[in-house]
Amino acid sequence: MSSLSRRSILQLAGGAAALPLASGLLGDGAAQAAAAGTLTIAYNVNLPSFDPTIGLSAVNPTIQSIYQAIFDPYIAQAPDLSFKPGLLTKWGWNEDRTKVTLELRKGATWHDGSPVTPEDVVWSLQRAADPHSGNPIQFVWSKVGNYKIDGNTITGDVLEFEPTLFKWMAFLTGYVLPKAYYEKVGADGFEKAPIGSGPYKIDAFERNAFLRLKAHAGYWGGKPAFETVVFKFVTDPTSRVAEMESGGSDLTFEIPYEEFDRLKAKPGLVGQTKPVSDIAMIFITDIDPMLDRNVRLAASHAIDKKAIVDRLLKGYGVPISTLEAPGYAAFDPSIKVAYDPELAKSLLAKSGYSPEKPVKFTIQTTRGFKPKDYEMIQAIVGMWRKVGIEATIEVYEIAQHFELRARHALAPAAFYNWGNAIGDPSTSTGFAMFGPSPHCAWKGKDLIERIGPLWGEKDEAKRIAGYKAVDKYIAEEGEVIPLFQYVQPIIHKKGLKVVAQSNGMILPQLITPV
Amino acid sequence: MRWGEIIRRVLLIPPTLAGVGLIVFVLLRVVPGDPIAMMIPPGASAADIARLRALYGLDQPILQQFVVWSGQVLTGDFGRSISLHQRVFELVLARLPATLELALLGTVIAVLLGTVVALIGAYLRGRRAEWAIDGGVGLLLAIPDFLWALILLLLLGVILPVLPISGRIDPQLDIAFGTNFYLIESLLTGRLDVAAALLQHMILPALALALPFAALVARLLKAQLAEAEDQDYAQVARARGFSRPAILLRDVLPNALIPTVALGGVQITLLLGGTVLVERIFSYEGIGNMAIDAVINRDFPLIQGLILTFAVLFIALNLAVDLLVTLLDPRLRHG
Repeated sequence: MSSLSRRSILQLAGGAAALPLASGLLGDGAAQAAAAGTLTIAYNVNLPSFDPTIGLSAVNPTIQSIYQAIFDPYIAQAPDLSFKPGLLTKWGWNEDRTKVTLELRKGATWHDGSPVTPEDVVWSLQRAADPHSGNPIQFVWSKVGNYKIDGNTITGDVLEFEPTLFKWMAFLTGYVLPKAYYEKVGADGFEKAPIGSGPYKIDAFERNAFLRLKAHAGYWGGKPAFETVVFKFVTDPTSRVAEMESGGSDLTFEIPYEEFDRLKAKPGLVGQTKPVSDIAMIFITDIDPMLDRNVRLAASHAIDKKAIVDRLLKGYGVPISTLEAPGYAAFDPSIKVAYDPELAKSLLAKSGYSPEKPVKFTIQTTRGFKPKDYEMIQAIVGMWRKVGIEATIEVYEIAQHFELRARHALAPAAFYNWGNAIGDPSTSTGFAMFGPSPHCAWKGKDLIERIGPLWGEKDEAKRIAGYKAVDKYIAEEGEVIPLFQYVQPIIHKKGLKVVAQSNGMILPQLITPV
Repeated sequence: MRWGEIIRRVLLIPPTLAGVGLIVFVLLRVVPGDPIAMMIPPGASAADIARLRALYGLDQPILQQFVVWSGQVLTGDFGRSISLHQRVFELVLARLPATLELALLGTVIAVLLGTVVALIGAYLRGRRAEWAIDGGVGLLLAIPDFLWALILLLLLGVILPVLPISGRIDPQLDIAFGTNFYLIESLLTGRLDVAAALLQHMILPALALALPFAALVARLLKAQLAEAEDQDYAQVARARGFSRPAILLRDVLPNALIPTVALGGVQITLLLGGTVLVERIFSYEGIGNMAIDAVINRDFPLIQGLILTFAVLFIALNLAVDLLVTLLDPRLRHG
């Protein structure tokens, strides 16, 4: 049975779908879908909840594309991670960073036709700041309060300076919800029949099956190109590939790279890729033998990241040396951790290790959570073996990873991926490497002292420079092993123009017929 | 099975469910994987984490949590889903009909297909064609339901795209239903076009579930048919000049069915268990698909509710099969 895997079946499908019959049907299907004014997206996760500000789904980056089709974030984000006016047309601090000023766009309406008001904005911010609301990003929203409204302008007092406040307004839980409607229907009523001010309104929802949206005619950004958008929840990657081959969907993403290469070569289909704000990395936990700097640095220098990207990921990845990927605010291309197995050997030799007498530790990894995760760790273990590191692979589920990380009980090395859709160093290096953070595996005082002062740094240029210096220090000390930036594969039918986002979102409002 | 035995089995249901509930409850909390760890925000302090834990009642000792949960379950409250923010009971009730309809359709297909194959196999006994049937049955049995799902998806969804491969109904259709039993409701209300649209979506997952089960029915029934055909009553019927097909259908089949139902009926629970992966592959909105998300998200209340639901279904099915066998076999009815 083991020889007949999903992948081999898909390869069979590839051959079979090359039949003229299949190709013809696919072509027809593409034309019909575009003509019908309906865009069907085979989506990779289910939508657990409609409230984008509370619970697990609120912090799941993959779901945000759906939320941003229905709800407006306070501030919008451009495809390159920069920020642009959304519901708020202006935002900023005063001179001494003690007040914020927000200006609400005029003319925006909720899906029921009522206007979006400054009261909605203030209520949304206050609700998000309430520790009892269940908002996971409450720690950011609670840093501003005492809001005052003057026309369409809102001012608030800074209770504690948070340099990334406005960046969060474009991402997780940063959505404006309708105060009057929510108070009228309550939490359960809102969950059953939510309304937003985004480009699409909800038309039908079958849990775990599909979400059908209709264009919001009164949308402030203009009516979107497709009258109807259907998100089909197809969580199995094999089934998403089949959706495209059968012509059942117009677009999908997050499919195996081999399938992406095969599908994009088919007539009627187009493939596009974009590096996104998600990286692969290996957490280093500050326990034996990782307390030895030589071992840590050897582990870093022994990994040929380019070979991993080229051979395992078909070239769809960008090797990185810090937790800041290209496009992030604190990305510094001058920081390099070179692939140098000889250097790795000499470092290990200084600590008394060699291929004959290797240093031994465990590396944890998921299997199938991210593309080729297990295979990648197998390859890394092979590279390490050559220089004098004998690592034992332990497979865990992603839920286990979270629990172990929160308890500071990860193995000396642990594979993970880290998303950072707002591209700020505080949400990559900051939270991943700052000891008191529950997401940090390296609890050393050295980084607490370096990162600590940056949390409240009011001078933005100084803050970014500070993080670059921290990234350089981490690279020199080998306290984490950044591997590569993920590249998102998108497959869609010909006749569509898809604006790929660096934050990985697939926004239907940005998809248009050619 | 005598009526006394049936009453005894019914009385055992509550303690069985309580045992299942206790085991699941404790296991979920003992094995690694904490729902709170999955929702900890980046800047959370120890106090924030403790607050979240208390919010979901996970800060209490396991036994105390179980007592609280059990008390709620006895009043019909299975708690609130951590990931879906809705009452578990409502969520399960809303999705259970989809799984039941799929399992029912799969069972119907399996029984019909298995019976026909068994009858043909029995008729061809001793001929070379019987080998082909036995080989085919062996092949159907060797391939698990989730692999059949992928094969069918490839054959009838991709190569010859004649059937839809995801969902329970076409997202473009606007159809109002009074219940969540879409197929049964549309058949009962005479909306045959709607029933046809639903069947189009159900046929592939139902077939994937049905094929291994059909093979099992065919193998069991064929063996029973062969045994029954060698009995005296069948030989007498043949001596009286009745045709072989008539004997097989009228005299042999009813007697062969009893052990087949007894043995094969229990296997329906396997078919029901198979819905988890098959629903996932076809993005079918039943409780199987929901169960996978619940496990990934470590949604304790939802997992508990779903496992109890599966346990009730399994117990009910086993009891129903035993009752059916009792009704079919007068020897059991009259002791």
